[in-house]
Amino acid sequence: MNQVKCDCGHVNPHGTILCEACGKIIEDGTQITAEPVIDMRYEGSARRSQTYNKSIIDKVWNFFSSVKVGVWLIIVTLIASSLGTILPQEMYIPTIMPVAEYYEDQYGWFGRLYYDLGFHNLYSSWWYLLLIAAIGVSLVICSLDRVVPLYRALKKQRVIRHESFLQRQRIYGSTNDPVNDQSFELVKEQLKKKRYNIREDNGNILAEKGRFSRWGPYVNHVGLIIFLIGSMLRFVPGMYIDEILWVREGETKVIPETDGQYYLRNVDFKLEVYDKETDNEAFGDALDSAGMVAKNYQSDVILYKTKGNTVAGEEPELEEVDSTSIRVNEPLKFEKFALYQVNYKLDELSKMSFLLTNKSTGKTFGDITVNLNDPEKLYELDNGYSVQLMSYFPDFEFGEDGNPTTKSRVPNNPAFVFKMFSPEKPEGEVSFVAIQQTIEPLGNNEYKMAFNGIETKDVTGLTVRKDLTLWIIGLGGLIFMIGVVQGAYWNHRRIWIQRKGDEVWVAAHTNKNWFGLKKEIQLVLEGTEIKEPLDQLKENQVDEGEKD
Amino acid sequence: MITLSENLLYIAFVLYLLSIPFFGGAIKQKKNLDHQQNSSKWATIGIVISSLGFASQLGFFFTRWSIAGHAPVSNLFEFTTFFGMCLVGAFIIIYFIYKTPLLGLFTMPIALLVIAFASMFPTDISPLIPALQSDWLHIHVTTVALGEAILAVSFGAALIYLVKVIDQTKNSKSTTWLEVVMYGLIATLGFVIVVSAFSFADYKAEFNWVDKNENEAKVEYHLPALVGPNQGELLTEGKMEPLVSVPGIINAKKLNTVIWSFGAGILLYGLLRLVLRKRIGAALKPFTKNINLDLVDEISYRSVLIGFPVFTLGGLVFAMIWAQIAWTRFWGWDPKEVWALITWLFYAAFLHLRLSKGWHGEKSAWLAVIGFIIIMFNLVAVNLVIAGLHSYAGS
Amino acid sequence: MKKQRLLIRTVILLLLGAAVAYTLYANFTKDEVQKVEVGKKAPDFVLTDLNGEKHQLSDYEGEGVLLNFWATWCKPCEKEMPFLNNQYQAYKDQGVHVIAVNVGESNVAVSDFSKRYDLQFPIVTDKDSQVMTAYGVDPLPITFLIDKQGNVVEIHKGQIVAEADVTEMMEKIKP
Repeated sequence: MNQVKCDCGHVNPHGTILCEACGKIIEDGTQITAEPVIDMRYEGSARRSQTYNKSIIDKVWNFFSSVKVGVWLIIVTLIASSLGTILPQEMYIPTIMPVAEYYEDQYGWFGRLYYDLGFHNLYSSWWYLLLIAAIGVSLVICSLDRVVPLYRALKKQRVIRHESFLQRQRIYGSTNDPVNDQSFELVKEQLKKKRYNIREDNGNILAEKGRFSRWGPYVNHVGLIIFLIGSMLRFVPGMYIDEILWVREGETKVIPETDGQYYLRNVDFKLEVYDKETDNEAFGDALDSAGMVAKNYQSDVILYKTKGNTVAGEEPELEEVDSTSIRVNEPLKFEKFALYQVNYKLDELSKMSFLLTNKSTGKTFGDITVNLNDPEKLYELDNGYSVQLMSYFPDFEFGEDGNPTTKSRVPNNPAFVFKMFSPEKPEGEVSFVAIQQTIEPLGNNEYKMAFNGIETKDVTGLTVRKDLTLWIIGLGGLIFMIGVVQGAYWNHRRIWIQRKGDEVWVAAHTNKNWFGLKKEIQLVLEGTEIKEPLDQLKENQVDEGEKD
Repeated sequence: MITLSENLLYIAFVLYLLSIPFFGGAIKQKKNLDHQQNSSKWATIGIVISSLGFASQLGFFFTRWSIAGHAPVSNLFEFTTFFGMCLVGAFIIIYFIYKTPLLGLFTMPIALLVIAFASMFPTDISPLIPALQSDWLHIHVTTVALGEAILAVSFGAALIYLVKVIDQTKNSKSTTWLEVVMYGLIATLGFVIVVSAFSFADYKAEFNWVDKNENEAKVEYHLPALVGPNQGELLTEGKMEPLVSVPGIINAKKLNTVIWSFGAGILLYGLLRLVLRKRIGAALKPFTKNINLDLVDEISYRSVLIGFPVFTLGGLVFAMIWAQIAWTRFWGWDPKEVWALITWLFYAAFLHLRLSKGWHGEKSAWLAVIGFIIIMFNLVAVNLVIAGLHSYAGS
Repeated sequence: MKKQRLLIRTVILLLLGAAVAYTLYANFTKDEVQKVEVGKKAPDFVLTDLNGEKHQLSDYEGEGVLLNFWATWCKPCEKEMPFLNNQYQAYKDQGVHVIAVNVGESNVAVSDFSKRYDLQFPIVTDKDSQVMTAYGVDPLPITFLIDKQGNVVEIHKGQIVAEADVTEMMEKIKP
């Protein structure tokens, strides 16, 4: 490995462009920098990746170490992401029919193509994940490859710099008139006022500030990597839970994924809408054009914890933990869990009552109320009347064989087979009763079950969420923000003031905001004989406006 | 109170408009505007007027806040006017750093366009749906608008750079693309003019049509229908019959508005070209005569540097925190979220290209222009075309 | 030093590669993650059958249990019931039990169904879905085979299409 020894005596790693210590341009014979201003990126230090390219490992490493590759990855990810917004993703489409059919039905051949290309689930496709992963790898390797040499270069820099280094800074100037020591003192004082760190060597000055802003990019990359690790951990079983819990009013249900430890009772669900009369009158026009606007979705709930160890299915002994309301934007949190108000169903049938009625006289013989979620088998009435519930179909339809059947256990469309017993008909009369229809399968009956009202209940739909990766994601985000602010809002500024014989040379560099640096130099040199250095780029720029 | 609030917005609009000739006048003085000592009287008047306009718009913002009980950033009109206000605010701050009236000549018209565009949408004070009832509404939305506004200033500066640097003596790719950007701005103006004109004339034409699910529906056009809905049937008498009709999966009303806007844009652009007898870019070029290219490049770059963290904070960090609270997950690949990510990725690429590949000057200016187009796409197209969970969708 | 660099690079790349591979793998198997896994102990439960008798899974230790989750509206469940019923009768004296867990329908509906098919094995009702939650049941039907140690031997998702399959299942958990 050929290290390069600079004229100043410092030994630089192979690949160095500017001597780490004095800044002299290290010519390797192949490239002669013709530019008037030298390239100060990474302080001209040797980026390791570029210098070894032997094994496959090195090749992979160098691939990911390239910023060009990194930028391409970003661009490709950006374009890929935009493709996923052309049509709604699978998770946002209604589940009324198979996904493939839905896309074709709604968006024609384009929808079909979109589905066939897998764009309906783009963000969890293997290639999208690979893109993100590649960005992650690029982040790690790019940062490692640059931060080490940069750190070395900034740590090893000397006060006295090589002439070529100073002359070829963007901001450079020399003063030929003699400059007295008082001026140097004044400059130092003014630099200190501007919060510069000053290092001196033999009467020469290196003033530096804001070096920590150079670490900003690396800090924010660390933040991003932590963020990505957090996102990765989501896939580890147990780290992330996403369940839906439907609870009817009055019902108490076990909360999924809590190992039967927690139960939730839905006391009441409320849906409130804005009212023109009572709410802010300024909303009047908007309400007129929009119609109903929801104001509040709220579940009043009681959270219970089980006492002792209960086996699933056993009546648990419950202890109230919290009695509260869950609203949108106000989830209920307990342990690592949070319950969110996300859905509801209003007015689900819960009870139905019927009057046992004589069809010809219209006389009634008492009413029965059927709990649609847990009906009784037999309803006794006074005076020798009773009703037996022979069959019950909570979500009734006629099956393929023509017999009544149920679609689910939710009482959306209840139907009953009653057997009505009366003193006249002690053997009973069978009647099939559904909403808006009655069938008497065994001939004409004397009695009927006359519909006598319903009771309804609301059902609340809650998301049960546990996400143990949140703090890692949050930490990553925080570190990223710190890094980005550090890099963007502070500047690394350096001013070299050196005596070269009778002359005084001033050169300066900043990683950004040259305008600010120039203004600062102006202030620092105020009241001294030292001439303000010039912006070499600006002087060289052909400014059409000023020429004509 | 509502009237007061709305009048404050009108006043702001007029003041912004008034400030432009002063910024223009400041350029004409042929001074070296790089140094603060030289900032002219014209420029001072310009910045005072625009600051007054800004104060007036702040008045609009806070009176509307007190009337509604929530920060007025909850629908497309409110958000977009706020974005315009932030743009003016960002310009004022940058003006005081760099003392460049020329930037005013370019950013104030953009801000005006933004605000005029905003007022084409329903301006009713709307109540908040449950998902929006959170302090994060104010925090998230205002930070996003501020970040985007600062990034938009970089667009203004980039535009100056391009106008100045592009050689207008011959036809090239650069001149063409610059004209495309100019045309985009003019088409926005076209949209504003067309919509205002027909809304002033109270144009309403109702159609019966059949949607993609074969259901009959009604739709009301506020512009004459060049493009009619699927199997559309004009119900209002004496209004224009559509020239063509489109299949049910296309939103004919929106397409019609787009065609009108682009058409009006072409007309305006053509007129301007006729009057000026040169490219718009060439016509603007004399204004940029005295500006230092490096300075504009730096303004553009610094705006990105300042705006990027603000945008990240508002558009991603605060957005994720709120999404976790309101929607149970911090990220759900909603189109608006994805476009915020795209914007962020784009500016990240911008910064990397600039820092590592040395993309300064013209290349960097083009990137700033593309960045602004992405932001506008997220504001306009994602809200109006790609609907999602975000509340402005479809309004 | 060169060797050391190569080593460091190799290690970092391997770590990154492993992380990426794991993420991809986990992403594509996430739908298959089950609450109850083959080879693990089946979660215990207590439920009451139509006759009011309590059945606790752990009481059946030493004997095999075929645990079937079903509902009256579920057609595939309905179709496999006769197979279960027949094989239950064939194997009940050989130490294999069938417990059919209904997903919490009304007793009326369940007993009506049971009578229709003349089901002999105990039918328990999971009124508030506790057991379904514990077993992560979705969709119906699903059958768990539990051996005499109380471990899950097999999970059969969906309908059992032939009676011979049930025989095979019974053989697997016969003590």
